[in-house]
Amino acid sequence: MSMNSQGRPSEPKISGAGDQAGKVTFTGNRGLEHEVPLLFERAGNFETTGVDLPMPKRVQSRLGGLEREEPIGLPGLTEPEVMRHYVRLSQKNYAIDSGLYPLGSCTMKHNPRLNEKLARLPGFSDVHPLQPQSTVQGALALMQTLAGYLLELTGMASVALSPKAGAHGELCGMLAIKAALEARGDKRSVVLVPESAHGTNPATAVFMGYKVRSVAARADGTVSVEAVREALDSDVAAIMLTNPNTCGLFEPEIVAIADAVHEAGAFFYCDGANLNAIVGKVRPGDLGVDAMHINLHKTFSTPHGGGGPGSGPVVLSEALAPFAPVPYVLRDSAEFRIVEDAAQAKSDGGDPLGRLTAFHGQMGMFVRALSYMLSHGCDGMRQASEDAVLSANYVRTELRDLFTQPFGDRVCMHEVLFDDVFLKGTGVTTLDFAKAMIDEGYHPMTMYFPLVVHGAMLIEPTESETKEDLDLFIATLRYLAMQARKGNAELFTDAPVLAPRRRMDETRAARQPRLVWQPGIQAKT
Amino acid sequence: MRYLPLQEADRAVMLQAIGVDGIDDLFVDVPAGKLLDEPPALPLGKTEMEVERELGRLASQNVAAGSVPFFVGCGAYKHHIPASVDHLIQRSEFLTSYTPYQPEISQGTLQYLFEFQTQVARLMGMDLANASMYDGSTAAGEAVLMAHRITKRSKAIVSGGLHPQYRDVIETLSKHSGKVMDALHADPLGQEDLVSRIDDETSCVIVQYPDVYGRIQDLAPIAEAAHARGALLVVAVTEIVSLGLIKSPGEMGADIVVGEGQSIGNGLSFGGPYVGLFATRQKFTRQMPGRLCGETVDAEGKRGYVLTLSTREQHIRREKATSNICTNSGLCALAFTIHLSLLGQTGLKKLAEVNHGNAVVLADKLAAIAGVEVVTQAFFNEFTIRVNGDAGTIIDALTERGVLGGVAMSRLEPHDPSIRDLIIVASTEVNTDADRAVFVAALEDIVR
Repeated sequence: MSMNSQGRPSEPKISGAGDQAGKVTFTGNRGLEHEVPLLFERAGNFETTGVDLPMPKRVQSRLGGLEREEPIGLPGLTEPEVMRHYVRLSQKNYAIDSGLYPLGSCTMKHNPRLNEKLARLPGFSDVHPLQPQSTVQGALALMQTLAGYLLELTGMASVALSPKAGAHGELCGMLAIKAALEARGDKRSVVLVPESAHGTNPATAVFMGYKVRSVAARADGTVSVEAVREALDSDVAAIMLTNPNTCGLFEPEIVAIADAVHEAGAFFYCDGANLNAIVGKVRPGDLGVDAMHINLHKTFSTPHGGGGPGSGPVVLSEALAPFAPVPYVLRDSAEFRIVEDAAQAKSDGGDPLGRLTAFHGQMGMFVRALSYMLSHGCDGMRQASEDAVLSANYVRTELRDLFTQPFGDRVCMHEVLFDDVFLKGTGVTTLDFAKAMIDEGYHPMTMYFPLVVHGAMLIEPTESETKEDLDLFIATLRYLAMQARKGNAELFTDAPVLAPRRRMDETRAARQPRLVWQPGIQAKT
Repeated sequence: MRYLPLQEADRAVMLQAIGVDGIDDLFVDVPAGKLLDEPPALPLGKTEMEVERELGRLASQNVAAGSVPFFVGCGAYKHHIPASVDHLIQRSEFLTSYTPYQPEISQGTLQYLFEFQTQVARLMGMDLANASMYDGSTAAGEAVLMAHRITKRSKAIVSGGLHPQYRDVIETLSKHSGKVMDALHADPLGQEDLVSRIDDETSCVIVQYPDVYGRIQDLAPIAEAAHARGALLVVAVTEIVSLGLIKSPGEMGADIVVGEGQSIGNGLSFGGPYVGLFATRQKFTRQMPGRLCGETVDAEGKRGYVLTLSTREQHIRREKATSNICTNSGLCALAFTIHLSLLGQTGLKKLAEVNHGNAVVLADKLAAIAGVEVVTQAFFNEFTIRVNGDAGTIIDALTERGVLGGVAMSRLEPHDPSIRDLIIVASTEVNTDADRAVFVAALEDIVR
C-alpha cells in the first residue's frame, strides 16, 4: 500500500478477494501453504517410530499381570516426517513474531529469545522439584530474587509464586481473603464484581461459595466510590476490581474505593491482568490493594505459546501474608529453603490456606520473567509501560474521528476501547470488521469484550511496535472504516478470503461435537 | 533498551499528535500522590551478556539431573526428549501465538490440539480428552469437582496411594468450596480398603495408577464398587509412559482419567510448566472443564478446527461456568504431541519396556543389599524400598556421594512416622548400567 506524507494510505485498489483468491489447485495446497492430513490419516504409520531406543533389558515382567494387550492406536513418524508435519502446521498460525497482534487485555508483546535460552540452561530445565534442597540452591535463589522484584514493583508485603496461571492466581488471592476472614471468625457471603470484569472473577467467587453482587459502572466506564459504598455491607467479603479496568481506563477513585472496602471490613482483590500499563509508574500496594495476581505471560513477556503455559504469582498485603499457600522460599542465613508443608509453615508463624499445585509453580516461566526484568531494569520497565500507554493513546487519537468510543474521548491506558456505533447502518458487524483485518494481514483486536460495551473492539498495541508499524495499522483501520461507510459490505461479510481457512462453522462444531479423530468419520472436506 | 522500538523523536511526535505535553498527562486518572516520580528501587537495565552471566551463575548452583546418576521420580520423571521436539516448539508461530480464538489464522494450533486430544483419549482408553490443563495435580482437583457436578454429591474418597501433594490440592479445593474429602492413610503396601468407604454420599473415588509408591493394581473391582453406589472412579496417572505397557484406566472402568504429561516431551524444569491431561466418557462431555477443540468445516466446506463447547467456560458463562480455568498448557501439550507422534505406539511400547527393564534390574540389585527391602511387588518404572534408618538422612548421604537416589517419602508426608524409612526410586531409559552400579555401591556403603 502506498502512503502519502501524512502516513495515510493513498486510495488502494479494492483488495478483498482478488481474482485468484478462489483458485483451485490439484493438491489443494496454495503456494507456501499446505494442506496437512491428520497424524492418524497417514497410512501405514502405526508400526513406524521416529525414536531409536536401546534394547530393553531381558527381565521377567513385574507388571502384576496388567499388560496392555490391544494396540493403542498411535501413529509414529520419522524425524523428517515430523518436521514437515509441524512446520506446515505452524505456517497456518498468526504470531507476534510475524505481525502486530493487538489483542486487548491479552498483552501480545515481544517475547525476548534470551529468556528462552536461559530457561533451557540445564541448571533450570533439568532440575527435579523433589531433589534435595542442597542441590537446587540456585533455583531457590532465583525464586527469591523474582519474589523481591515483584514485591518492589507492586509495593506489597508478600508473594505466592506457585499459581499456574492468572485464573489460578485469582483463586489463590480470593482463598487468602476467605482464610483471613475465617481466621477472625467472620463469615461473609458476598463478593462485589463490576459488570465489566473478566469472566474468571465471578466464576472464581461462585466456586468458593460466594454470591456475586454486581456493581454498575458510571457513564464514563469507571466505578464510583458511591456505587461501591452502596453495595457494601457487613456481608461483603471482598471486591474484585480490575485496574486499569477492562475498558482500558485507570479507576480514578480506586484509593477511595479501597478505603471504603476496608472500612466495611472487606478486602480488595485487584485483578492484575492489566498491570503492564503501570509497572514502574504506580504501585498497587500504594492504592490499598490486598491481593493481586500477576500474569507473568502478559506483563513480563513469557510466551503465550498458543494458549499457555501461563504463570500467575499473587502478591498479598500484610494482612493476607500469613495465609499464603505452600510452598514458599525462605532464606535461613546462607541457605535457601523451600517450605512445602503446611504444618511446618504454622511453626514459622504462618497459617497457609493450603496447596494449589504439586511442586513449586512454573519455574520455566520464573526464569523467563526474571530475565525480562533484569534486561529492562527499573528504567526499562517504566519506559515499557509508558510506551504501551503512549501507543494506545496514539492509536486512539488517530482513529477517533472515524471510530466511536463508548465513554467519550478521554485518555486511556495501555489499550483503547471502541464500540460498533460507527458501523451502524453499514451492514458490517464487529466480527465482520475483525475478519477483514485478517485479510489485511493483522490479527484482530479483542472483540465483544468487555461485554458491557456493544460490539466492543479492544485494541492493545503494546510497547513492541515501531511508529511506522503503528501508522500502517492505523491507516489500515481507517481504510476499512471508510470502506464500511462507503457500503462495501462484502469486503467484510465474506472475509477472510486470504487466510488458510474461510469462516468456520462454529455452530456445527458445538451441535455435533467431534473432539477426537475416528476412522471413517470426519466432516466433509 | 533493545526491546523497545520507539525512539525519543517518535515519542515526541506521538505526544504531539495526542495533544499532550508529557507522558504523565496520560496518567491523569492516577490519584494524587500515587504516581511515582522515579523508577522503582531496582537495578537499571542490563545487556544480554550481563543477564546471561547473572542467571547462568544461578543455574550453575543447581545439580542438573543429567549430570549425575539420577533416580528421582514421584510425579516428575527424567526422560530423554528428541532434539526435534524443542526445535519445533520454538517456532515463532507456535511460541508467540495466543489462544486460537481466530480459527482462520490459528489452524496450526487447533489441528495439533485436535491430534493431542485424540492421542490422550487413546492412551487413557477413554472416549475423549480436553486440550490440556495446568498440570496433573490441578487436573486431579478439577476431576473431583467434575465428579461432584455429575453425581450432585459432594464427598470424594482419596486413596492413600495418591501423591500427597495431589491430595493436598484436592483438600484445598474441597475445604474452601464446602465439599468433603475422605483421605485414607499412606498405603505403601496396598492394604487399604477403599471399597468399604464408598457410601451414598460419595461422588467419586480417586486413585493413582501406578500409585505414588510405584504400585500397579487392577482398578476394575474399585470401578465396579463405585458404580454400584452411583459413584465415579477418577484415576490419576503421573507417569504417562507407563500406559505404553500396562492396561489403560479406561479398560478397567474409569470415568475420568487425569494425568501429568510431563514425561512425554517436557523437561523437569523444577516442577513446571507441565501439562495436565484430562479424559472422560462421551456422556460427560459437557461437564468437562477446560478448552476443547473440535472439528468442523469452513464456508467453503473445507475441514478445519475451532475451540468449541465454550458455553461451559467462564468467558461466556461467568458465574455458571464449569471452572474458572482460562488457560491450558498449549506449548507443553505441543511438546507432548510431537514427542508422542515421533514415538508412535511402537516406540512408546518399547520406551516403556526399556523403563520397566531398567527398574526391574535396579530393584533386584537394591534388594540384594542387606538392610534394604523392595516393598513394591508389581510396578512399572518406580518402586519403594525400605531402609534400615531414616530415609531422609540416607537420601542426603547419597547426595553427598553424588547420587540423586530417589525421594524420601517423609518429604511428601512429614507427619506420618510409619513411612519414615521408605524411599521411592524411579529408573527410566536414561539410567545406564554405570549409574546403577554407582547407586547400589553408594547405598550399600551407607546402610552397611
